Amino acid sequence: MASTLLRTAPALRGALRASGIRKPAVAMASTSFVRGKATLPDLPYDYGALEPYISGKIMELHHAKHHQTYVNGLNSALETIAEAESKGEFTKAASVAPLLNFHGGGHVNHSLFWENLAPANREGGGEPDGALKKAIDSDFGSFETFRKQMNTALAGIQGSGWAWLVKDKSAGTLGLVTRANQDPVTGPYVPLLGIDAWEHAYYLQYQNRKAEYFEAIWNVINWKTVAARFEKS
Amino acid sequence: MVNIGSLWQYLAAHSPLQSTLSSLSTTTMSGGALNLTQMGLAPYSLPPLPYAYDALEPHISAQIMELHHGKHHQAYVTNLNAALASHVSAVAAGDVAAQIALQQAIKFNGGGHINHSLFWKNLAPPGTEETNPAVAKELVSAIEKKWGSLESFKKAFSAALLAIQGSGWGWLVKEAGNGAGLRIVTTKDQDPVVGGDVPIFGVDMWEHAYYLQYLNGKAAYVENIWNVINWRTAEDRFVGRNEENVKTEL
Repeated sequence: MASTLLRTAPALRGALRASGIRKPAVAMASTSFVRGKATLPDLPYDYGALEPYISGKIMELHHAKHHQTYVNGLNSALETIAEAESKGEFTKAASVAPLLNFHGGGHVNHSLFWENLAPANREGGGEPDGALKKAIDSDFGSFETFRKQMNTALAGIQGSGWAWLVKDKSAGTLGLVTRANQDPVTGPYVPLLGIDAWEHAYYLQYQNRKAEYFEAIWNVINWKTVAARFEKS
Repeated sequence: MVNIGSLWQYLAAHSPLQSTLSSLSTTTMSGGALNLTQMGLAPYSLPPLPYAYDALEPHISAQIMELHHGKHHQAYVTNLNAALASHVSAVAAGDVAAQIALQQAIKFNGGGHINHSLFWKNLAPPGTEETNPAVAKELVSAIEKKWGSLESFKKAFSAALLAIQGSGWGWLVKEAGNGAGLRIVTTKDQDPVVGGDVPIFGVDMWEHAYYLQYLNGKAAYVENIWNVINWRTAEDRFVGRNEENVKTEL
């Protein structure tokens, strides 16, 4: 079932775990809507599971506080727009656009991000294989070149933002893009792998040494998710 | 040594520098880029904090201040000097494309240097006379005229700070021109207030300014920052007194 778009009740979640049914590794752009409302998706691993590369405290704040704030902000923006729309107040609806972009982008970006991470002792780390590896080799020269370019893109972000490995639907090729703040990846680009370069993503552990975070995160990249997004794109 | 601020006048007046730079740039093809000092120009440097790292506690922790000043601000200074050195070389080489490519690095790192230099001076240890708005008679009077009361202004300013999406700053500025009023502005990333508006005080809303202490609770940081605003510096900047506190040209 397309279960990834539903937020399962805690009891059901427990049952799924107990019966050994693993959640699908990939929940495509799980913008979890239930009755039109966005909800915080569950993390597919424990808060401490990405240590020592990303601390449990960072993960907990990042998921339960920051992502939750984007979810709340998105729902609030959507409500304001719906109310304005119902009254024919289109100027008011339009004025909410920046909030919709920011919080909606924050929700989409983080939902994609959690899925493209995995514990180093499970799917995390290593290198892609198969068709994804071929495409990376073909479009970047090699995996190592791609990794370096991605880190350079991340280091070059001035302020808060994200770097993404994307597939350009029109050209069929892979590429790197950066986005300011919570601007989501849209248009001809399909987001395959995103890395959060906001300070809240690393500061408690790495402080100003963000280059160390950008090195460490490759140990917890879930290439299965990236490959699945690539194949579906 | 030449102050970079008057670099362009200097270049115009000292054409030999152009040829010196040109010859230097060819002789260092294998030896790496020159820094500003090697070019005979004065690099920017990290200004000392006017108080100890722990002086703003409990509102801003010593650890935050030390990283913010000793690491973050230092990085802006270092990267600004590097970008300016590359820019001077690009000017000497007549490479307009390279000059244009450097604009964003100069804006970001130069803005970072200006913003933080203003910020340190518009903060003061809590409980000191400087943190009492009573020392800023003319400014507070202008604030009351515009916002009704100091409290209403603080509310409006705090709301502006909390509405910033991503990294940026909030500023109280005196608008350019005679008799012009006060205004709250926010700037993204490290964009500085330039173009005639006078920054009265600024608050850094980058996460590195508060995260180690306040985590995701930025509203508490914004509430507490009022305990360490240096109203004497603010008044100086408002009335244009005391050059050290006023200047934005570093």
